[in-house]
Amino acid sequence: MIRMLHRWPGLAAALVLIVLSLSGAALALFPAADRLTAPQVEAGLSAASLADRIQAAYPQVEQIRRAPSGKITAYWFEDGAPQAAVIDPASGRAVASADPNQFERWLTNLHRSLLLGDGGRIVTAAAAAAMLVLALSGAALVARRAGGWRRWFTPMRGPLAGRLHVEIARLAVAGLLLSSATALWMTASTFDLLPDGPASPPLLDAASGRTGAPVATMDMLKRTPVTELRSLSFPDPADAQDTFILKTDAGTYHLDQGTGAVLASSGLSGWQRVSETIYMLHTGQGAAALGLVLGVMALGVPALAGTGLVLWLAGRRGRPRIRGNVAAGQAGTVLLVGSEGGSTWGFAATLHAALSRAGQAVHVAPMSAFDPARYRQARHIVILTATYGNGDAPASARGFLDRLKFLRPAPAASLAVLGFGDRGFPAYCAFAQAVAGTARAAGWKMAVPFDTVDRQSPQDFARWGRSLGAAMGLELELDHRAALPAALPLTLVSRRDYGAQVQAPTAILRFALPRVTLLRRLTGHGFGRFTAGDLLGILPEGPAAPRFYSLASGRRDGFVEIVVRKQPAGLCSGQLHELRPGDTVRAFLRRNPGFRAGRGRAPLILIGAGTGIGPLAGFVRANAGRRPIHLFFGMRHLRSDFLYGRELAGWLREGRLRRLVAACSRGERPYYVQDALRREAAEIVQLIGKGARIMVCGGRDMAAGVSAALADILEPAGLSPALLKAEGRYVEDVY
Amino acid sequence: MKSLLAILAVTTALTIPGLAMARPVTLTATLDNYGGNGAYLALYVTDAQGAYVGSLWMAGAKSKYYEHLSGWYDATGGNTAEIDGITGASVGAGRTLEITLDLADSLFDAGYKLHVDAAVEDMRDSPNDVTVPLTTAGAGTPARGRRYVSSFAYAL
Repeated sequence: MIRMLHRWPGLAAALVLIVLSLSGAALALFPAADRLTAPQVEAGLSAASLADRIQAAYPQVEQIRRAPSGKITAYWFEDGAPQAAVIDPASGRAVASADPNQFERWLTNLHRSLLLGDGGRIVTAAAAAAMLVLALSGAALVARRAGGWRRWFTPMRGPLAGRLHVEIARLAVAGLLLSSATALWMTASTFDLLPDGPASPPLLDAASGRTGAPVATMDMLKRTPVTELRSLSFPDPADAQDTFILKTDAGTYHLDQGTGAVLASSGLSGWQRVSETIYMLHTGQGAAALGLVLGVMALGVPALAGTGLVLWLAGRRGRPRIRGNVAAGQAGTVLLVGSEGGSTWGFAATLHAALSRAGQAVHVAPMSAFDPARYRQARHIVILTATYGNGDAPASARGFLDRLKFLRPAPAASLAVLGFGDRGFPAYCAFAQAVAGTARAAGWKMAVPFDTVDRQSPQDFARWGRSLGAAMGLELELDHRAALPAALPLTLVSRRDYGAQVQAPTAILRFALPRVTLLRRLTGHGFGRFTAGDLLGILPEGPAAPRFYSLASGRRDGFVEIVVRKQPAGLCSGQLHELRPGDTVRAFLRRNPGFRAGRGRAPLILIGAGTGIGPLAGFVRANAGRRPIHLFFGMRHLRSDFLYGRELAGWLREGRLRRLVAACSRGERPYYVQDALRREAAEIVQLIGKGARIMVCGGRDMAAGVSAALADILEPAGLSPALLKAEGRYVEDVY
Repeated sequence: MKSLLAILAVTTALTIPGLAMARPVTLTATLDNYGGNGAYLALYVTDAQGAYVGSLWMAGAKSKYYEHLSGWYDATGGNTAEIDGITGASVGAGRTLEITLDLADSLFDAGYKLHVDAAVEDMRDSPNDVTVPLTTAGAGTPARGRRYVSSFAYAL
């Protein structure tokens, strides 16, 4: 719901908002320039002295005005012609033209009405309203994504466009809220919708009937400092009933032109004061510094519009078209999808196709469209859902749980729930679990037990499909092939070979960075953005299924690097090991957000063995900030498969790596990485106490050994790998 | 539209008892190229003693700005009932405002004066930019305004 409130006003108003924000940012410069160029007023100068000086220079002066910037303008007659000029308060004489700056006037009209008069003002007001809705809904979305308002500034992850959108919005949202809310107020004021108009002229006391009192002697003018003056209008000397009209920050005064006595005074109404303050906040006139800040924040709007559009397009592309979707009322099987990024829709499409082939009438819909009253023919309801953040509903399942809770009685159709997630995250499939739990509690009959699919595993999905088929009395073979991102040819630049002597031929393969379109860079798709720890999918010659390797480099390194051990009879690793510089291989990128070093200053404990060193070496190489990194590296033999040996020595010298502990399993005394950990137990406990994060990469057996060793090491401190995992401080990339 | 408004003008603005005869009068005001936003103009009539008699036209729709037409504003207290039905758009720099309305015969050659107050955003206010006596002889003779009106005339 909030997302809809954010998306549609944003798309509708984007163009107008870009015009408004750019013109607004430019306009913010004028009050600051005025402030800098306005002639300075000497301290303590009174309105009486100023008026006296100006009157001496221009005897037929009619009015003196002081702008919030301090600029003083006088209006007078000379030889029957009206004159106006900016005045130097020290001399009372003209120093510059009072004509408005034509460019500023044009920009102002563009900003408030798109040069289209009152119709344009209504359009800009609608855009301001859209901006207000966008700012509020966007703030709610950021808070939800960050995990609460208190974590407003936590670093974001994900593709560049999404991160830019959030980062800019977090900085600019306060200014955009202020600018849009004040804009709406000012429009309402302009159209006389607020009771902030000028008061009727007051009733005056009887005038003295005399004229000609010198302004320098008038008490009220002497008491008014120039810094509080807004305007002073001179009376017609031929009309003794006419008065001086003095406007100050406090109000309006009518002064007798024969005595200087105050004949009437009126203050500003509360509405007028509020409107004045709002005008100041919006324009920066009288608050030039704030104006500049708001101007800079307004510059975020074009960037937000651009990244927002990219995000929307990327989201649309992610969802496949379902062919032959049966209407809800006719379907025997209803398939409900909870998806954030769109990959769960892909699985839904596969299931839909397989069930349809098996002769079922299947209706597919987002979970947010759940409407059991319409499912008249349904005998089976199947829910496929991902989880968002820390156990929240994904985008297409908003509000589903609440509806499920109040659904009585439970539908007669049986239910199956399948969760999609990544075991690397603590809240693995938490939302799907909550859905299954709530449905069970509501008395819903389950067709198959709750199950999960880890990291989009086609095997998990096929296994679940078989049990679902059995429950429905069908042969159900789910052959899910995730729509693979377009693979690009990567050209090998160099290779370094290790491990031949220990019967474990291993190579560090470095490929040139492929050319990437600007759109991909912006959306962070494919090779547009990647870091060490992400996965490189290699499509070997022959089979269609890709093999995945952890990346040992990030985009900033300027190359794509992986570490590959030649498996006995391994097809893909064999082909990779035969590559010579200049040869190419087809590959694509898959993000692995669960295995990132992340930002911050807390120490990192990296633990890896064999080819598992790849991403860990990538983290160290990228550690320009000299965060303390402790690397535990298990190999077979120092002289044979010490991968990255020379670089690691260099990184130690440069401070990118704080400490390297190597463990060799071949030799007189076999020594494994978990043994090294046990030996350094005291230091590890100390590092964990400082908030250290543990990242493990390597084979499954090694990871199990490391986990067991760490369990022993941490137990005296009252900690465990499980506890650290729950905090996101213990992550594994295991194969 | 203009003639309809003109009839309203007679009934709402210048309802002076005993004025039976009226004649159509065309008022033409051409503005200078003063380099600002559209001008607000108030056209109104005062009697021989300078007392306000009634309004003929208000160019500019937003009442919050009327205080800048200070001659008209002081005379009427900013009462928008005075210009009900005889309000139009503000007049751009260099443009011409032309209105035709019925004016009572007795307003001519009797010391009445026609005033035009003008005001432009961010520029000086110009009350009594034009002040011309209403005479049958003066009809058709253009007068120059003080600041914004380059030429003003009334034709019988």
